[in-house]
Amino acid sequence: MSAPDTLMSTELMRERKVALAPKAQVSGLDFYYGDFRALKSINLTVYEQQVTALIGPSGCGKSTFLRCFNRMHDLYPGNRYAGSIVLHPDNTDLLSREVDPIEVRMRIGMVFQKPNPFPKSIFENVAYGLRVRGEVSRRRMAEKVEQALESAALLDEVKDRLHQPAYNLSGGQQQRLCIARALATDPELLLFDEPTSALDPIATASIEELIHDLKKQVTILIVTHNMQQAARVSDYTAYMYLGELIETGVTDELFIKPRMKQTEDYITGRFG
Amino acid sequence: MTEHASKQYDLDLDSIRSRVLQMGGLVESQIRRALEAFGSGERALIEQVIAEDHRVNAMEVALDGDCSQVIVKRQPAAGDLRMIFAITKTVTDLERIGDEARKIARMARSIHERGAQSVPLAVDVRHAAELAIAMLQRSLDAFARLDADAAAEVIAADAGIDSEFRSILRQLITYMMEDPRTISMALEIVWIAKAVERIGDHAKNMAEYVIYIVKGTDVRHTNPEQLEA
Repeated sequence: MSAPDTLMSTELMRERKVALAPKAQVSGLDFYYGDFRALKSINLTVYEQQVTALIGPSGCGKSTFLRCFNRMHDLYPGNRYAGSIVLHPDNTDLLSREVDPIEVRMRIGMVFQKPNPFPKSIFENVAYGLRVRGEVSRRRMAEKVEQALESAALLDEVKDRLHQPAYNLSGGQQQRLCIARALATDPELLLFDEPTSALDPIATASIEELIHDLKKQVTILIVTHNMQQAARVSDYTAYMYLGELIETGVTDELFIKPRMKQTEDYITGRFG
Repeated sequence: MTEHASKQYDLDLDSIRSRVLQMGGLVESQIRRALEAFGSGERALIEQVIAEDHRVNAMEVALDGDCSQVIVKRQPAAGDLRMIFAITKTVTDLERIGDEARKIARMARSIHERGAQSVPLAVDVRHAAELAIAMLQRSLDAFARLDADAAAEVIAADAGIDSEFRSILRQLITYMMEDPRTISMALEIVWIAKAVERIGDHAKNMAEYVIYIVKGTDVRHTNPEQLEA
């Protein structure tokens, strides 16, 4: 059994929806690792300038789902998608064979669990995507890098050492650098795959604060194992189990009054 | 309800819930003894009710402390969160009921110290009190069984006690007008009747929390028609 996109059913949702435009529409998404069907008929609306959290136990398919958005699965043979992920406003189906994954990744940035800066300087890390895109003006490049570092709340800490190796930064700073790197190409959608699980509580708080600020400019989809984090940072939460989307709802409601017993069992720490 | 992955969490919640019921039992017996003292004027019983109130207070403090521990250690969500939230509110109402029992005992003491031969409307007050005690019992029962329907019945029953109180008040006013010498005692009886009426209100609050636990809807300050919807 797969839940339809049930977002519309709550009153809170109706109140909010007036001002909300969908950024991405996932319809009937299946994903196969070879013969294994890892995602089963997922339907989900991701709203513009909102944070949507994906929660669920290990192996439920939430990271697999996240990676569909920037076509990361293309990198391995035998992987197969079915259904669609339509990005608005231009109605591009991200999964269509005609769509170039490199182009997709310019529009959709990703931040991983462990900070993974390139073995380059702080500046070069952020400039990387701009170079790939073909930016040649040094002035524009410098401006963009500074802007991205500012948006990632890192500029003040690194402005005097932009040309030092990125590895000199602390874990939390490295993660914010990765966010700056993702922001440099002005993505429309930012994917976070457990972005704070390798960080201490203070660094975690600063990333959460950043997510809150970033949603003014970008739509965010975040996978997290930490339910309190989902409750803190997201506007919508989707609960996944065994490759299915069990329930989607307004975060403020889902953690107090989930509709499905499976969701209740998971968020209250019960055996399913 | 399925068990938590953490057995200790289950044990902690079970322990808190059963102590809420124990506290409810203690509070109920406090009201019963206070009413008995109102009828008999037995001095020892009156003093016992007044002295025992500290046990009710101590249970409130202990249960609130345990709920804080659950929040800080487990970060309860969904049904567990609603349960903990409802319990901290329930114990407040139970403690207030305890205060009403003590108030009844104190009023009983002044009435009997006055050496009254007969107490007007004692039967009516006792009748209203039986209704209030029944409401309290049914609220606690609804809490124990997480029965939202039973809780809704308790909420509906509160109107009955309110009207009993108004009727007692009207009769006492007549009484006082007829014989002004009875004013002091009549006022004490008003206080007792008011305490009984308040017990009904607290039992109703507790029933509302049960509905919140079970359904996740906050039915406080809604009218009965909305409640049925």
